[in-house]
Amino acid sequence: MTDQLETFRTEVRAWLEENCPPAMRTPMMGEDDAVWGGRNYKFASDDHKAWLDRMAAKGWTAPMWPKEYGGGGLSNAENRVLSQEMARINARTPLFSFGLWMLGPVLLEYANEEQKQEHLPKITRGEIRWCQGYSEPGAGSDLAGLQTKCEDKGDHWLINGQKVWTSYADKADWCFCLVRTDTSVKHEGISFVLIDMASPGVETRPIKLISGSSPFCETFFTDVKVPKGNMVGRLNGGWEIAKRLLQYERTNISGFGSGARADVVDVALQYIGLEHGALADRDLRARIAEHKMTERAYALSVARAQEEAKAGANVSHMASMFKVAGATLNQERCELLVEAAGNRALGWGGDGFTPNDLSITRGWLRSKGNSIEGGTTEINLNVVAKRVLGLRDTQ
Amino acid sequence: MTFTLNDEQRMLKDAARDFFREQAPVTRLRKQRDDKKNGRDPDLWAEMAAMGWAGVIVPEEFGGSGLGYMALGAVLEESGRTLAVSPLHSTALVAASALMLAGTDAQKAEWLPKIAAGEAIAAFAIDETAHHAPAKSKIAFAGGKLTGNKSYVADGHIAHLFIVAAADALYLVRADAEGLTRLELFTADSRGAADLTFDGVAAEPMEGGPEVIDAILDRARIGLAAEMLGQASEAFEMTSEYLKTRKQFGQVIGGFQALQHRAAKLFTDLELTRSCVLAALDALDRDDAKRIAEYASLAKARASETLHLASNEMVQLHGGIGMTDAHDSGFYLKRARTAEALYGGAAFHRDRYATLLGF
Repeated sequence: MTDQLETFRTEVRAWLEENCPPAMRTPMMGEDDAVWGGRNYKFASDDHKAWLDRMAAKGWTAPMWPKEYGGGGLSNAENRVLSQEMARINARTPLFSFGLWMLGPVLLEYANEEQKQEHLPKITRGEIRWCQGYSEPGAGSDLAGLQTKCEDKGDHWLINGQKVWTSYADKADWCFCLVRTDTSVKHEGISFVLIDMASPGVETRPIKLISGSSPFCETFFTDVKVPKGNMVGRLNGGWEIAKRLLQYERTNISGFGSGARADVVDVALQYIGLEHGALADRDLRARIAEHKMTERAYALSVARAQEEAKAGANVSHMASMFKVAGATLNQERCELLVEAAGNRALGWGGDGFTPNDLSITRGWLRSKGNSIEGGTTEINLNVVAKRVLGLRDTQ
Repeated sequence: MTFTLNDEQRMLKDAARDFFREQAPVTRLRKQRDDKKNGRDPDLWAEMAAMGWAGVIVPEEFGGSGLGYMALGAVLEESGRTLAVSPLHSTALVAASALMLAGTDAQKAEWLPKIAAGEAIAAFAIDETAHHAPAKSKIAFAGGKLTGNKSYVADGHIAHLFIVAAADALYLVRADAEGLTRLELFTADSRGAADLTFDGVAAEPMEGGPEVIDAILDRARIGLAAEMLGQASEAFEMTSEYLKTRKQFGQVIGGFQALQHRAAKLFTDLELTRSCVLAALDALDRDDAKRIAEYASLAKARASETLHLASNEMVQLHGGIGMTDAHDSGFYLKRARTAEALYGGAAFHRDRYATLLGF
């Protein structure tokens, strides 16, 4: 067993050595370095494209998915070896994708064979970029209150309604979408459909955030026709799939899109400096130390959950706990960065501020969304209290 | 690195859980306190020693089982759950570690077998003022004699042997040595302690300098964090159960969102702290010198903060009953603050952690 793993490690190492372009072994410098793929995607360089194509051909953009759907068919242990070997040479993540992180796992669990064959390989190759149609203007935390209407028109579904906070909808090719198929009940009247964003009647408008960027959109569906075969799972059975997908999302989202990756200690040393061997601002020093401890405690807890999952324990219920802790941690980090950088973190543009300074400002503002997106901190605390601790509402 | 107990450690933990629930529930501490025993419970320690728990980290050649720190941490955690009063931490962990790390061959041969058998109680004398500040010790040693004082020495009132730390050296002092005065302290946690005055007391030097003192202190901190994790877990679980049974306004109070969120946050805090304690115990067993100091401060600081919160929430969420002596909350609260301060509280370890990280 161990011998087999070591043989696998040798093979992986040799393959990576031969196939990972040197430029893809350097730290990512900006948004353009993250490859999202899709029909109209423009790669930042040939190396970006080559790295994705080679990894996809091995099935290693989705290492643990079955080979028949474009995955690598790796075991847990083999997947760890691959991660370790990629980390060893600082290989970049070849593909960033909601399809890989969120949709794929639920398609593997709930979709029919035809749907899996159609969609999963395109996700692994980065050919189709997906967006998530969940929230609506009247359905945020109370997601099951969604109203986007989906009517049975015999040979197709007809969709009318509006989604909001659709990440990168303006860049996505397809949307996995929650729709209402029965208005007489709440949770039991929701279905899960896949919509081609190129369909007539689909319109997207970017939303400008306080950070100045526009990663989210409003998405409008007006008399959009969707083939009958695009519903995943059974009619009115979408809520279960929606919740399962949220678990995948929550484990992936905490700290995602956080912008500034600078280390708080480095920034504090740069802008404040040492005095008698300790950060000159002793109050800030204590708070940064507290933060660094929480950061380590969080990292150790993620490692512990992975170890327990590997041993067969069901840790999916912990996703909400990690979402809350991760969001809190990243927001705290961003606030400390702003404080440590002083007025250098209070610029908006021009030559008077460095790109690093400006990324601290923008990252801090962007991080405010961490405790809202993917289920607010309050909703996730409800989930922990009810599902993990067994505290029930009694009415 | 692992966070998972092996079969042997798991069996030990299960046995310890049953033992403390049956033999040393909080009612035993309550009776001890009411009888003014001030932490003297030799019968309990004899039973624990018979289970082999006095020698968990002591090598087999000295009569122990050599099972390591993860194993002893599991027993300490379970003893913390019921606030069991014993020299498990002071003697089986701290003193045994000190002798293993700094004892001469003769000192090891004399004392480790007695510790492993539960025959000798040994206390580590470290603090000298109201606060933990090991580097500032004023203990002086000249001509084979020790001079100075030690304050709030855990189990100091019942110890047969003291391991005395100066700023850069360690000494063994017998409790009956001439010139040693001990003042028994009656402490808030009902465990007792002692102030010691050394006036030219005969002492045997041990081996090793400040690094060895740090290594012993880090073991003490990690072991205490394990005990505190047990205390905090039990305080949380009792509180959580109360939220499910106490009714007001015609419903169980655990149905109120304000209380649900407090419980969920405390649970999250506990889970993060558990990871730190397990990582620290594992680092000791792997003898991962690079990580031990960092993880010791991490585990002790987080255990202190988590237990602080858990013990306060225990009183508040129990309401009026939590303020009464008839309820157990007070015992957890009093032990919490004592354990928090011992071997450095959260503020001490934040400062140390920052220094270790280079800022």
